[in-house]
Amino acid sequence: MKIKINGKETETDGASLYRIKSAFCPTVQNPVVILNGFQTAEDLPVQEGDEVVLIEKGKMPGKDVLEAMISARHTPHVYEKVKQAHVAVAGLGGLGSNIAVALARTGVGHLHLVDFDVVEPSNLNRQQYGIRHLGMLKTEALRSELAEINPYINITVDTVLITADNAAELFAGDEIVCEAFDKPEAKAMLVNTLLEKCPRKKIVSGSGMAGYESSNSIVTKRHMKNLYMCGDGETKAMVGRGLMAPRVLTCAGHQANMILRLILGIEEV
Amino acid sequence: MVKVNGQVIEDADGMVLIDLLKCKGYDLTRIAVECNGNIIPKAQYSHKILENGDSFEIVGFVGGG
Repeated sequence: MKIKINGKETETDGASLYRIKSAFCPTVQNPVVILNGFQTAEDLPVQEGDEVVLIEKGKMPGKDVLEAMISARHTPHVYEKVKQAHVAVAGLGGLGSNIAVALARTGVGHLHLVDFDVVEPSNLNRQQYGIRHLGMLKTEALRSELAEINPYINITVDTVLITADNAAELFAGDEIVCEAFDKPEAKAMLVNTLLEKCPRKKIVSGSGMAGYESSNSIVTKRHMKNLYMCGDGETKAMVGRGLMAPRVLTCAGHQANMILRLILGIEEV
Repeated sequence: MVKVNGQVIEDADGMVLIDLLKCKGYDLTRIAVECNGNIIPKAQYSHKILENGDSFEIVGFVGGG
């Protein structure tokens, strides 16, 4: 039968994971075994068309195997779709930097990162940057982080202030735009501009994730045909109520998952 | 009859959109407005007359990200 082993079509008689393991990597003592996106130590049966990844634990594999490995943890057939997707992240702060990391890990093939600012110390409490990034452009700092996480995706960056005048042109090549700004006026500007000028583009926006209210108040809602909003819709950042990693990441997770759903053709929240 | 975010607003026919938004307390710089499925450009807020059967969706944005 034909199965995929480490990303390659392979003919095998091995009908179970242990038999495949002893045929293809007999010397590896402690392998990581993934069958159709699920990591297992059991001797599960293998069928025609299954995808198996066999790899030595803790070792850096070759490029092809590593890419197969990253994608193998996804549900089957997700990877082919996300690899073709073009997604922009507008604003690389608490929401945007974490959303970009989630999308890179998911293997979204074309990420477009846009921000005008540099990394500063007050970003470290919730954004995907470290001490070594202080003073760097967020676009460049995040690009280098994403390259460490998933080197097999295409990343383009624009270090520019997004305005009502440049937004439509800037995001012309992106099917989905993630609004991840901080200021409410900027959020409204981008959403209004794209909804007016780019009627086919999907927008996934964040609003209301400050403080330490319940995680369960953060939701994803579809507001207009092409606008999805994540957050609790009301808890704003203000004097006495800061932005902290747990709720910001909860909202970022909502946005990233809605983007994944849209890539997979699911428009319901 | 005009609906705003699913709620029926009485006696709103003939009103200008911008007056409705101000009367409801919206900050015009922090919202997006859709009418019957179409986005209303900001420049039209002061021209759009509310008509019988119109259904508006108003989305507000708060700070933080």
